[in-house]
Amino acid sequence: MAEKLIFERSRPGTRGALIAPLDVPGKGVDALVPAGLRRAVEPVLPEVSEPVVVRHFTNLSVLNHHVDKDFYPLGSCTMKYNPKINDRMAALPGFASLHPMAPEASIQGALALMWELERALAEITGLPAISLQPAAGAQGELTAMLIARAYHRSRGDEARVEVVIPDSAHGTNPASVAMAGMKAVEVKSNAEGRLDLEALQAVLGPRTAAMMLTNPNTVGIFERRIDEIAKLVHAAGGLMYLDGANMNALVGLVRPGDMGFDMMHLNLHKTFSTPHGGGGPGAGPVAVRSDLAPFLPAPTLVRDGDLYRLEENRLMSVGRMHGFAGNFLVLVRALAYIRSLGASGLAEVSHQAILNANYLLARLAPTYAVKYPGPCMHEFVLSAVKQKKQGARAADISKRLLDYGFHAPTTYFPLIVEEALMIEPTESEPLGTLDRFVEVMIEIAEEIERDPENVRNAPHTTPVIRPDEARAARQLRVKWTPTRNDG
Amino acid sequence: MHTPAELKYTEEHEWVKLEGKEALVGITDYAQGELGDIVFVELPAEGKAVKQGEVFGTIEAVKTVSDLYAPVSGKVIATNKSLTDHPEDINKSPYKDGWMIRITVDNPGEMEKLLNADGYKTHVGAEH
Amino acid sequence: MQHPFIPRGEGEEAQMLEAIGVSSFETLLAPIPQHVRLGRWLDLPEPQSEYQIARQFEALAALNDVPSRFTSFLGAGAYDHFVPAAVDHLSFRSEFYTAYTPYQAEVGQGTLTTIFEFQSMLAELTGMDLANASLYDGASALAEAALLAASVTGKSKIVVAGPLHPNYLQVLETYCRGQGIEVLCDPSADGVINRGWVRDSLPGAAAVVAQSPNFFGLVEDVSGVFADARSQDAKAIQVFLPHALPLYKTPADMGADLAVGEGLALGSPPSFGGPALGLFTTKLEYARHIPGRLVGETVDRNGKRAFVMTLRTREQDIRREKATSNICTNQALLALRATIYMSMLGPQGMRDVAEQCLEKAHYLAERLASVKGFALPYKGTFFQEFVVQTPRPAWEMIAEARARGVLPGVDLARFPGLQAGTNRMLVCVTEKHTRADLDGLVEVMGEAARG
Repeated sequence: MAEKLIFERSRPGTRGALIAPLDVPGKGVDALVPAGLRRAVEPVLPEVSEPVVVRHFTNLSVLNHHVDKDFYPLGSCTMKYNPKINDRMAALPGFASLHPMAPEASIQGALALMWELERALAEITGLPAISLQPAAGAQGELTAMLIARAYHRSRGDEARVEVVIPDSAHGTNPASVAMAGMKAVEVKSNAEGRLDLEALQAVLGPRTAAMMLTNPNTVGIFERRIDEIAKLVHAAGGLMYLDGANMNALVGLVRPGDMGFDMMHLNLHKTFSTPHGGGGPGAGPVAVRSDLAPFLPAPTLVRDGDLYRLEENRLMSVGRMHGFAGNFLVLVRALAYIRSLGASGLAEVSHQAILNANYLLARLAPTYAVKYPGPCMHEFVLSAVKQKKQGARAADISKRLLDYGFHAPTTYFPLIVEEALMIEPTESEPLGTLDRFVEVMIEIAEEIERDPENVRNAPHTTPVIRPDEARAARQLRVKWTPTRNDG
Repeated sequence: MHTPAELKYTEEHEWVKLEGKEALVGITDYAQGELGDIVFVELPAEGKAVKQGEVFGTIEAVKTVSDLYAPVSGKVIATNKSLTDHPEDINKSPYKDGWMIRITVDNPGEMEKLLNADGYKTHVGAEH
Repeated sequence: MQHPFIPRGEGEEAQMLEAIGVSSFETLLAPIPQHVRLGRWLDLPEPQSEYQIARQFEALAALNDVPSRFTSFLGAGAYDHFVPAAVDHLSFRSEFYTAYTPYQAEVGQGTLTTIFEFQSMLAELTGMDLANASLYDGASALAEAALLAASVTGKSKIVVAGPLHPNYLQVLETYCRGQGIEVLCDPSADGVINRGWVRDSLPGAAAVVAQSPNFFGLVEDVSGVFADARSQDAKAIQVFLPHALPLYKTPADMGADLAVGEGLALGSPPSFGGPALGLFTTKLEYARHIPGRLVGETVDRNGKRAFVMTLRTREQDIRREKATSNICTNQALLALRATIYMSMLGPQGMRDVAEQCLEKAHYLAERLASVKGFALPYKGTFFQEFVVQTPRPAWEMIAEARARGVLPGVDLARFPGLQAGTNRMLVCVTEKHTRADLDGLVEVMGEAARG
């Protein structure tokens, strides 16, 4: 039986919360709201009591997979453990109840925390100037593309509107370029899964604003010729931008600023452990080299002795990206994480992430095709081409994994690998979980050999099974519709 | 895979049916099978000019988008309006109910550049 | 000793290296040139235990002025409304909190169902056909609405009617500048829309933007402006305030094509402005053009009702540079909190809250206006926020009040673009304020005025 919607639990005359009675002399809504501005029809919202609300959402929640429950081998998502101390710190009333428009003297604790986070991220990235405003990685990318454009314009270089992006890039990369009013120019990967330098050279020129690179790249491999790549792009007059989604492989080991990158974004909800919340919020701070600092979003955080303030007057800034200072409570979590791990802990993160990924790759390579042999960094891509010939594809393997209590890996990305299954274990999975995952993946491969239909028809045990996505798109139903008595 | 002998085909999997001075255009049975359940088609407005080999619209399955390429040059005189509510017709009947646009044909000679049924079948076989 | 967040036991590394087939971990790093490696510890403190972290963070938190110690009348885009305890309790469940985006619908029905409920409630409140699953915040939601209008009309000018929140204007300008879209601002001097100016500016515009209640708290019937827009083939975008909607004419009834706003106060505390909750609603005809995720209803293989993310081909992972937006991560958890909040309050609770904000704000405004040296510069109708003219510069009034445990309002001089002068303050009232709070503010303002 399907779960009810909260609307379907509505019982007229019930309510879930009390509002204290009015304690000032009231004038009445009719006196205070002109007739022409009054709402015509009451909104239909559910009428439910508190116990019903609590049961409703509790019972819905258990339908979700979540990382506190079990493994998400999702490549490029860095689904690591979300430490609880982070949430406790973010919930401190001094942070959670703080109003963004309180006077400067009232927000010094928040600004001091942001300052500490900026300094920590500068040290981690090797790029000194930070903006914590962008609300997500994609918004960080957009910010950086706007910075690139502003930078070139400030030097009289109006023609630089092209951004070079590898064909293996995450979809947000070209989408961010387009949003910044620039043109994405795609470069092919070579047979090794790395950037083809000749192809790169062919597209670099006087219209190049920047190159957007993920390193390690989206097949989990380190671009070993990063020095040459940076040299080529810089020689052509472009800026080097790092998509920091894969920072989990680098933290404490390599600093992007030391690799030739001029700008980057970080995903705090990936490398820095802030929870995914079912799709967000995250945060996507940007880090840039010092001569690009003037272009950072306004306001920027400034320190005057012991006092902090947000400086709005930034003439060369690309502008404001967020209504206020960014996803502040996410920033609190990220700093708590950095303080929890410390220098040695952060180095352990990348160490273990790389170790875990290579372990899984080695143990799965005999069973699944590997287009780009190891060593990998923190993630790797398998190809289910062999299994496809036997009658079940990457999508089916993903669904079958759900029956075993795992989430699926990333499927059909990156685009350069056929029947791709991208796997990123992260450092927070115990060896026992990794071994269990390997066993299950082998078991599924064996099942495909004997009985591919059972895999094609998976999952079999989840709350719903193969929802009709075509129907959802063809017959759009994106809200519950009340039956009204309009009369 | 159904490939009617009387039609002509592009390498991008469109078919064209010449009817006097006009032509009907759609996508092949092979293409609809590869795309999966079609959910939406974006077609040009009536009166729009299309050029051989250029994009005239897009077709969407649940998780993919593909461009549609004009097999010959002409002007759009009709579009299959029922595809708005019944995009699945492209899957069920790609050569009949799933027709997409009717165009005037500027230059029948352009048909020489297209594949015949056998040529298309070979092309699809080669792609595998 | 391994860090507690990294579960590796003794001997496991050796075991794993053996399975990998290398003799040392260093071999795995071979593709990384030596000279790019950091080769040292990060210059950061060593790992800290929870209670060390708590001590530092509590000290920082204590430096912030919060409602437990200060009676606060701050608004200007962020609002301190009552949040029922059940919202925290439910949204902090691991199943919601630590779940990933529900791309695998079979194991994400919890999130998907609640987002569908969220979309439904937003559509009901605004009267619009559909709502998406959230954007970052109200400001970026406005920016995305403007980009959508530009995209569907093919025009590259946005006309801002009346006083728009300065931060929203800045974000709008940032996004528009990227795509060469011009933003024109109403020179309105009396706190409301200058309709003549808007009419003159509309030809060639992709959209008109009107915030109501506007930045000064004034509520206007923007349906006239929206009709003007329609006559010039421009789209009508309203920036709305969710808490006002139970009482006021909906964006749909105003004739909006797009209605956007900030939803954080639906179920979450001010949070120093973030993470926030961008609300994005529109008409069905724009469904294929909207940014962000969208949850749709369908059935599964057994005919059981199920929810999935839908119209996916709009999104960046599929359409790449032709996507409707680059957005990927959204504000899902905040949307869940809003859903729980609106379920807890129900229609009666939402209405009670709105009425209280209205009555208490008017009570306060009347009392403040009667204090010597104070005035209400704008005569229009308002909901929960209003501007006061202060006898001394607002920053002085605020400093004096702060010393007495009150944060009386937002100094409008902080927004140079408004040209509001030094003696204007934006005061906000919510249902949480008691009569004693309101009378207390009047007293404190009186004292502060005297110096």
